Amino acid sequence: MTLPDKTIAIRHAIAKIGDGASVMIGGFGVPGTPFCLIKELVRQGPKNLTIIKNDANETGMGVDWLLEAGQVAKLITSHIGLNGRAIKMMNEGEIKVEFSPQGILAERIRVAGAGTMGFVTDIGMGTDLARGKTEITIGGKTGLLEPALQADFALVHAAKSDSFGNLVYAATARNFNPLIAMAADFTIAEVETILPVGHIPPDAVHTPGPFVDHVVALPSLPEVYGVVKR
Amino acid sequence: MELLNAKERMLRRAAQEIEVGMIVNLGIGLPTQVTNYLPDGFAVCLHSENGIAGVGYLAANGLADRNLIDAGGAYVTPVKGAAYFDSAVSFAIVRSGRLDLTMLGAFQVSAKGDLANWMIPGFFTPGAGGAIELAQKARKVAVITTHTDKKGCPKIVQDCTLPLTAAACVSRIYTDLAVIDVAPDGLHLIEIAKGVDVDDIINKTGTRLHLPNGEIPTF
Repeated sequence: MTLPDKTIAIRHAIAKIGDGASVMIGGFGVPGTPFCLIKELVRQGPKNLTIIKNDANETGMGVDWLLEAGQVAKLITSHIGLNGRAIKMMNEGEIKVEFSPQGILAERIRVAGAGTMGFVTDIGMGTDLARGKTEITIGGKTGLLEPALQADFALVHAAKSDSFGNLVYAATARNFNPLIAMAADFTIAEVETILPVGHIPPDAVHTPGPFVDHVVALPSLPEVYGVVKR
Repeated sequence: MELLNAKERMLRRAAQEIEVGMIVNLGIGLPTQVTNYLPDGFAVCLHSENGIAGVGYLAANGLADRNLIDAGGAYVTPVKGAAYFDSAVSFAIVRSGRLDLTMLGAFQVSAKGDLANWMIPGFFTPGAGGAIELAQKARKVAVITTHTDKKGCPKIVQDCTLPLTAAACVSRIYTDLAVIDVAPDGLHLIEIAKGVDVDDIINKTGTRLHLPNGEIPTF
């Protein structure tokens, strides 16, 4: 037997994303953000997207390209402080923004990927964040119900993969990538180095291939992936 | 000869909060600068919520790894034995009580130890990031902040007027003027910065401070 080959051209992978889709995007700041997949999403131009990402990158980068192109209807995130355009669009009502505490956002995505419907936590109890959430008592402790967060698509950046989509991330470029890879109906991974199957030791795989639908090779890394000069 | 300015003395004093063997998360801004005051080889594990246990010093110019930042976006180095993990694991470390200490910045801290540090309605609404879980779940929460804001208004207040990050979470406050403990009966002034007048501290604090008996130690 041999494992299926999931490599595909970037334009075909992104062409599946239509108007109104929900799209999870990996990355915490620059590391792990799939800039090439985002750029192709801007080129193809589907509108009215719900974007789910830890942050909104910085002005002029990544998610900001989608905001600038007017493709985003809603952003589900934990922090957008480095993107002035995102804050302005939120304040002027051009996009809806839903905030979750960072670890709650991660866990909502994780439980969706695990095939469960939500979890109960005391995070945010007694603050404004608890408003509108359902309280549940388990074993005498009361917490808030946090629903699983699932999406139509996940756009992932990995350092290495094989042609089956076994993914390996580098350092802090891991962040939300393995979580979103599990939580979407359709997962597209852009990969810096694609190896033949068998060249990633089974113990070294971070995201197993069954979670990945398409693997897109990055022929070279544009400058946006580099160290940010401040 | 005393060469450190008030901010440096505050950070050096705050660094003494970190004990050998601890797992510690240092918040963005002043708290991350505390690492500059830890002795070489000090046995501590620094956690950063974007997915590192074992954060080391900042990367030297030209030696930054494009894939290795801390939660504040600074390029860092790993210490020997560091581990990387995803964001769900990172916050599992936080919520399950594995952090012995977090040191955070503040807009306001109340007499009860309530912390407001993530939003100023109408002016600053970036989202909370990881602050809520850190403030609510670290075993000890210390705040490092200037004693007053840019307009000279007290940041240590009777009740926070800004939305809370977490209630009754702070147990110690380090400022450029003082070290203050949060106790059930209110705030206790335990140390003052060298050359600072106690009355000045009282005037710049928006709630009652309990004073120690006798001379107040300086830092």
